[in-house]
Amino acid sequence: MSLIVNFYSSTIGKKVAMALSGLVLVLFVVGHMAGNLKIFAGINPASGDYKIDDYGRFLRTMGAEMLGESGVLWLVRVVLLACLVVHAVSGILLARANRAAKPEGYKVKSYRSANAASLTMIYGGLFLLFFVVFHILHFTTGTLHWSFVEGEVYANVWQSFRNFLTAAFYVVAMALLALHLYHGTWSMFQTLGVDTPRWNKGLRTLAKVVAVTIFVGFSAVPVSIAFGVLPAPIQTAKSK
Amino acid sequence: MDLTLFVWRQKNADTQGAFERHELNGVSEDSSFLEMLDYLNETLVSKGEAPVAFEHDCREGICGSCSMSINGRPHGPKRLTTACQLHMRTFKDGDTIYIEPFRARPFPVVKDLVTDRSAFDRIQRAGGYISVPTGSAPEANATPIEKEHADEAFDAAACIGCGACVAACPNGSAMLFTAAKVAHLGLLPQGQPERHERVISMVTQMDDENFGGCTNHGECQEACPKGISIKYITRMNRDYIKATLQRGVSLRGKMQAQ
Amino acid sequence: MQLNLDSKIPAGPLETKWQRHKASMKLVSPANKRKYSVIVVGSGLAGASAAASLGELGYRVKCFCFQDSPRRAHSIAAQGGINAAKNYQNDGDSVYRLFYDTVKGGDFRAREANVYRLAELSVNIIDQCVAQGVPFAREYGGLLSNRSFGGAQVSRTFYAKGQTGQQLLLGAYAALNRQIHNKTVEMYSSTEMLDLIMDNGRCVGIVTRNLRTGELSSHLADAVILATGGYSNVFYLSTNAKGCNVTSIWRAHKHGAGMANPCFTQIHPTSIPVSGEHQSKLTLMSESLRNDGRVWVPKKERDTRAPQDIPESERDYYLERRYPSFGNLSPRDIASRAAKERCDAGYGVGPMGLGVYLDFKDSIDRYGRSTIEARYGNLFDMYANITGENPYETPMRIYPAPHYTMGGLWVDYNLMTTIPGLFAAGEANFSDHGANRLGASALMQGLADGYFVIPYTIGNYLATQKPLTSGTDHPAVREAEDRVSKRIAGFLAMNGRKPVDHYHRVLGRIMWDACGMSRTEAGLKDALRRIPELKEEFLSNSYVGGTGKELNQELEKAGRVSDFFEFAELMCLDALNRNESCGGHFREEYQTEDGEALRNDNDYCYAAVWSPKHDGSGHDLTKEPLAFENIQLSTRSYK
Ligand SMILES: Cc1cc2nc3c(=O)[nH]c(=O)nc-3n(C[C@H](O)[C@H](O)[C@H](O)COP(=O)(O)OP(=O)(O)OC[C@H]3O[C@@H](n4cnc5c(N)ncnc54)[C@H](O)[C@@H]3O)c2cc1C
Ligand code: HEM
Ligand code: HEM
Ligand code: SF4
Ligand code: F3S
Ligand code: FES
Repeated sequence: MSLIVNFYSSTIGKKVAMALSGLVLVLFVVGHMAGNLKIFAGINPASGDYKIDDYGRFLRTMGAEMLGESGVLWLVRVVLLACLVVHAVSGILLARANRAAKPEGYKVKSYRSANAASLTMIYGGLFLLFFVVFHILHFTTGTLHWSFVEGEVYANVWQSFRNFLTAAFYVVAMALLALHLYHGTWSMFQTLGVDTPRWNKGLRTLAKVVAVTIFVGFSAVPVSIAFGVLPAPIQTAKSK
Repeated sequence: MDLTLFVWRQKNADTQGAFERHELNGVSEDSSFLEMLDYLNETLVSKGEAPVAFEHDCREGICGSCSMSINGRPHGPKRLTTACQLHMRTFKDGDTIYIEPFRARPFPVVKDLVTDRSAFDRIQRAGGYISVPTGSAPEANATPIEKEHADEAFDAAACIGCGACVAACPNGSAMLFTAAKVAHLGLLPQGQPERHERVISMVTQMDDENFGGCTNHGECQEACPKGISIKYITRMNRDYIKATLQRGVSLRGKMQAQ
Repeated sequence: MQLNLDSKIPAGPLETKWQRHKASMKLVSPANKRKYSVIVVGSGLAGASAAASLGELGYRVKCFCFQDSPRRAHSIAAQGGINAAKNYQNDGDSVYRLFYDTVKGGDFRAREANVYRLAELSVNIIDQCVAQGVPFAREYGGLLSNRSFGGAQVSRTFYAKGQTGQQLLLGAYAALNRQIHNKTVEMYSSTEMLDLIMDNGRCVGIVTRNLRTGELSSHLADAVILATGGYSNVFYLSTNAKGCNVTSIWRAHKHGAGMANPCFTQIHPTSIPVSGEHQSKLTLMSESLRNDGRVWVPKKERDTRAPQDIPESERDYYLERRYPSFGNLSPRDIASRAAKERCDAGYGVGPMGLGVYLDFKDSIDRYGRSTIEARYGNLFDMYANITGENPYETPMRIYPAPHYTMGGLWVDYNLMTTIPGLFAAGEANFSDHGANRLGASALMQGLADGYFVIPYTIGNYLATQKPLTSGTDHPAVREAEDRVSKRIAGFLAMNGRKPVDHYHRVLGRIMWDACGMSRTEAGLKDALRRIPELKEEFLSNSYVGGTGKELNQELEKAGRVSDFFEFAELMCLDALNRNESCGGHFREEYQTEDGEALRNDNDYCYAAVWSPKHDGSGHDLTKEPLAFENIQLSTRSYK
């Protein structure tokens, strides 16, 4: 136990915790984005439901034989929440230590390799924390949704993003996420000690690809809806 | 050439500092940055004013004494060049130059541009050595060392301990310095027996000195006059993780069957 | 006072002197070692290695340096390499050959027994350093690589790119750190030694000033080792670090320690020339450049054409002309003097006329630019950085510069000075290099002294002494502290308007002209008259300012410059006394018809050891005759 405590109490340990939890979060986000794209897949002729709604149902029922309705989903939720907590707590602790180590900056600011992404990780991160809470109240519990219907993912999403401001907010949020990942995805490999001069270029490219993909993939939904590319929800099998 | 200088003046660690403005005329383009400061000091002394304190010794870019930030960059604008090797022809007539101490909490200002970098010594003392008592060394050519490893170790060993990495890092992190030291010994066969102990004690000391953590800004590598690469930071992270895991599976201690 | 010089050279054949001495030296038992304390002043190669080794043995050690970290000692700046008689190249090297080369290179003014021991120990140094992790250059097969260096016909120089000094010092620093970690050594950085504490003619400690706080403290010990480096900065402009000084050995000398051969200084031929009044130090360009560069000056006096515009027929390759067989690779002292001769005659190049060309054009044409870049790339870059000129296109300009000092505190075979309890190691002692040091042998000497000689010989001394019992309330301590405070107060009270550096610069100029590369009786006498005058002016006309209770760099300089003034006089006196030319000491009156050094073995085959007169009115000379039993004295010729 003391081994873990010692490890975590070091700056490197905290960073490793962030990288590992960050990795899980990145994988989740990538998966989530891919799932969201089902919105463009329209209606499943077999069930008569939106494919995205089916997908949501699938997520809730998968593994039901073993862990019951939503069992696996909860397991995933717990893991994600744990990662988020570890990631956020470590991030905040580190940021505080880092700021304390540099109480005073230079009169003339001059950076060569630090950039908007690397210098704003903590702000972007804190924003993401806020975003996730908002987002869950928005689309999962519906607390902050004006016409929320449990299970009707397409309708919920469409209704929200018809509002230009909501769509814009999501796009901005995705830009900030992409910025966080532009630095984070590479930084993670660096922290875990797997970057090498030979792989470096590839990993930097990977980070760029992840950032752009995440931004484009996620933003496609609010943008298409706001600009009327996706049709208004129709009565589906489920909602009848 | 004529210059406008803003030089950081601070009496000691406990007092507030501030910039002091000086117009310095007739600076030779061929002089080094420190010679320009010598010239400033001579004019100050001849007016009975206190000269600017700054650290320097070899003036050849190897001792790591000189330590000042010039226009926001530790060691100034020129890559791979210490302040003492920076020459005034890098600047233009009429330039305004801001000269500040290396800034980071673990490097408190002693006076003007002089900071206390003893934290680096303490990191080294924590384990930056191979335990080989005088006289107990085996024949030097008994262990051939792969040239690639020897060269890599040399590149890390080129660190002059100046602290520019810390001063440049937005987090005030000493990772580049510590990593260079860890890599120098860790890449050589002689350094293997203490490799894991070493990385843990040096990182622990580094943290105890209140340096910040590394968030991979890479500014350290840009500022380093010896071109130490952040690849050594990655390597140290790896070593640190390995060393911890190694402790987890250590065979020391007892086990119970029931 | 006349000194009683006993060199304590052990009897017996040269080859076994050190082994037998080691076997017969007295020992301090492990349990008793803790009772003895040793002070090491200096953390360069000599100091750091000595402190680490003594700490390891179990003595209580305190180590001091004026830099903010022991790793910054001037040894860090050495570039070229370190010699050792390993014979890895199978080119016929041996301990004897290294010994012979060193004695001959030193123009037969060194002690045979010491030099032999040095050559013997050189082998262990490499082993020790490699085990510490010093990353010496290696071949593809993984074994250590060697290069050749001036004054030797074998390849015996170990190197780590152009950073041999830094890598060796980092090794010694690591060893020192290990002992600091183990609490056997207490390190005092940013601390300058300002005086010795003497008790009945024996050295029992030092008084120091913390350069950061100004605090004075006294430290007592059973033995004190001075490993404080060389005094080339007496010339103001030298290749040495700015802080290098003569203070510690001069303070010791004032208490009676014999100072040997102070006029033996080495002028290195390839340094970047002075570019103007602002110049604060000179930068060395490695000697290795002379392997591929040709040295020349225009045939026409004060020729201001660009070097490219001067046709072949109007160039004077004077080294090739004067020394056809060694040419551009003539030894340091010879090459330096030849450059000076040309410049004095008005053929020098560059803005100040004090420079000669080192031209790589032929080599670049022959081998291609990439080969030259691979060999000297970093040096070319450094040159371009400092001068703003591109040496691939225009020839480099070089000029000789003060570089190393062979003179220093006289020590016996055990490295003890004429003051009991006071030892000197590294460049600070009068060392094993005689009148001229060969390249790559200073690092060797510093480490031999520190790792392998002093740790033994100090035990031999301590075994005869009772551990010190007195504390810092001892009257000798108060006396020493008073002396130091008075001196500091004196500097602070100076109320002129000239910076200390100004006087240092003027002193340097006098020394360079009168006691530099070549010396004359008239010049030296003139200098001896001017130095005290200038010193008076310095004391009344300079300004330090601030207080003694803070970081005060002007105060530090004032102390050092003041000691340089006193020391400079002795240097000139020694140069005046030595009516011969040998090694780095060239008296214009003593040269052959074609301008070569004329040594006088009949009258001057001795180490000149100076001690202060009882009434402080000057110096007495005591001679340590040098006996050459194993080597035949011969004339160096490089024609
Ligand atoms: C540019 C250059 C290149 C060189 N290259 C080579 C080379 O390639 N090969 C070679 O063999 N030699 C070389 N030399 C010579 C060699 O570097 C030195 O002779 C050698 O390093 C001296 O070591 P040292 O330990 O005696 O003294 P130093 O390394 O000079 O150390 C002196 C120590 O004493 C301390 N000190 C001094 N005065 C005081 C005081 N009053 N109070 C407290 N502490 C004090 C300093 O802080 C320092 O720690 C070179 C020299 C120069 C200048
Ligand atoms: C435009 C971008 C996004 C859209 C349109 C979107 C849409 C949705 C929708 C519709 C749901 C509810 C799914 C369901 O209940 O079946 C949901 C859940 C969720 N989303 Fe998003 N999302 C976006 C971006 C993000 C981002 C960037 C994150 C993380 C940083 C995120 C994290 C979550 C989480 C944690 C849940 C809850 C999963 C659960 O526990 O059920 N989302 N998202
Ligand atoms: C919840 C709030 C969050 C906070 C406070 C936060 C904060 C931070 C901080 C301070 C860093 C360190 C900066 C660096 O290493 O350069 C970081 C890194 C990272 N973040 Fe976040 N972040 C948050 C959410 C997220 C999310 C939702 C993801 C993924 C979608 C994520 C992925 C990453 C990754 C991959 C890294 C790199 C880790 C490393 O370098 O080791 N973060 N985060
Ligand atoms: S890593 Fe570079 S910047 Fe940092 S101390 Fe070493 S040489 Fe200086
Ligand atoms: S700048 Fe700082 S954040 Fe890391 S990569 Fe260098 S230590
Ligand atoms: S003064 Fe030595 S590195 Fe600048």
